[in-house]
Amino acid sequence: MGGPAATALRAPSVWRRDKGMTLGVALLGTMVICALFAPLLGTVDPTAINPVNRLKPPSAEHWFGTDMVGRDLYSRVIYGARVSLIVGLSVAALCALAGLAIGLVSGSIRQLDGVIMRLIDAMMSIPPVLLAIALTALWRGSLVSVIVAVTLAETPSIARVVRGTVLSLRELPYVEASTAVGASMMRIILVHILPNTLPALLVQASYVCASAMIVESILSFLGAGIPPSIPSWGNIMADGRSLWLVLPQIIFFPAAFLSITVLAVNLVGDGLRDMLDPRQMK
Amino acid sequence: MLGLVVRRVLAAVPVLVLVGLIIFSILYVAPGDPAVVIAGDRASAEEIAQVREALGLNKPFLLRFVEWFWRVMQGDLGLSVFHGTPVSELILDRVGPTVSVMLMTMLFSVVIAVPMGVLAAWRAGGLTDKLVVGLAVIGFSVPVFVFGYILAFIFARELQWLPVQGYKPLSEGLWPWLRSLILPSVTLSTLYVALIARITRATLLDVLEQDYIRTARAKGAGQFTILFVHALKNAGVPIITVIGLGVALLIGGAVVTESVFAIPGLGRLTLDAIAMRDYPIIQGVVLVFSFSYVIVNLIVDLLYILIDPRIRY
Repeated sequence: MGGPAATALRAPSVWRRDKGMTLGVALLGTMVICALFAPLLGTVDPTAINPVNRLKPPSAEHWFGTDMVGRDLYSRVIYGARVSLIVGLSVAALCALAGLAIGLVSGSIRQLDGVIMRLIDAMMSIPPVLLAIALTALWRGSLVSVIVAVTLAETPSIARVVRGTVLSLRELPYVEASTAVGASMMRIILVHILPNTLPALLVQASYVCASAMIVESILSFLGAGIPPSIPSWGNIMADGRSLWLVLPQIIFFPAAFLSITVLAVNLVGDGLRDMLDPRQMK
Repeated sequence: MLGLVVRRVLAAVPVLVLVGLIIFSILYVAPGDPAVVIAGDRASAEEIAQVREALGLNKPFLLRFVEWFWRVMQGDLGLSVFHGTPVSELILDRVGPTVSVMLMTMLFSVVIAVPMGVLAAWRAGGLTDKLVVGLAVIGFSVPVFVFGYILAFIFARELQWLPVQGYKPLSEGLWPWLRSLILPSVTLSTLYVALIARITRATLLDVLEQDYIRTARAKGAGQFTILFVHALKNAGVPIITVIGLGVALLIGGAVVTESVFAIPGLGRLTLDAIAMRDYPIIQGVVLVFSFSYVIVNLIVDLLYILIDPRIRY
């Protein structure tokens, strides 16, 4: 544990070297600020309809223009950051917890490993977007149902990574030594194995976060995600689908925000991976 | 070798059954009455009762699953709520455009991404390498439909080189068919190119450090031969694995890409089914895509045996 923890503590010097990660943190920070302080950033009510002002191009009053019922696009896009970040972060956290539990059990208990891994293989044979569609189509859209559906679709990948790490850790001499001195299995798992799965878990969770944001936007874009009343980037793009040849900004502003946010999360994930280098763990 | 092939094919059977079980179970673990879901929103009490009878909800769960799975294996995916026709017919009607787009995407991606990865590994740390790695990060971050709109904006709206939307079947001629496929395939390939280029680069970096590459250099083999013949051959297995695994992303992307370009494929069918709350269609599409994915990866595993005689299960 000394290795990666010490690397993490030396973070400032790593940041100076890793421009990608610095950029990622800066962009992600900006999006978090947008989400937290949305009401203070010159926005109006993102759901306020004003048919007189519909389909306006960008102007001083409406920075990104208005949509087909006269809602202010800038406000909708800024508020949309909330949905994306809430979905991304909660899915990543839930998947990390569930994946950690499943991975630890599967990696430590031989009798259960076969069954769990077959189930995980089968879950991973269903493309995540489709699994999420099959679930949200049943539940009717809500923020919670999207989060649960995407969590179910993304958990197997984390469980698999954790299990792989557990299996390789089990072979290490210090684990063998603990067994030899009579440590209980529970103690070995919780004290010796669990902390060392965390770097790989953290890196994988960051990729799940990025993937969850994309899946949420796809679901909302297809009409199987967040209810249309909530401004999410996928919903705004779905609204613009029939109008984009005339008013491309309805698609492009939310698209740019979504892409930048996912890029930021991916850059942070790559940075974490380089910083915690799982190869050193083997 | 035949034994190997048979064993690998048989190993796919339990996976298919489990995939079927998961998709079947979704309907029953979700809150609400499955009969109401299958019958659709506008069904009368009588229709719901009929569906309940047909679903056999009074039978034990496993028995219901076995009966359902048996029907699925015979190509019976149930009836669409909205159309009233068999889901399998609707899927067969729409499968052509989707398969066309996906095959074209795979072809295009492999042709572009493998040389990209090889060149990046050859000049590791150089400008080409940084460019490829950077493009891969962007490919992973920009959602496919966003790429779709950007490409459509440039090549269809502004330059007017290609059709904005729509699909022409092969029966209307090769060129119209290809023309209608270019934008959707390039769109869909962004993520796939990123995936393949990245794994090609990573694998080749490992391979290029091996002794036999040094030997090849020593005996005077040209740079091109070393990279594309000696090295690429040994990097084949991981690359093909990723091509197979990436099909899952391709399937997810295809659904959205079709709705961007108004292609009447399975993605469009799914989109309409979501809007109509036509669950039997959604279940059927998910099932067909997942089974295809398992079979694609089975084929990939069989290819290993062909290209790499060291592999033994």
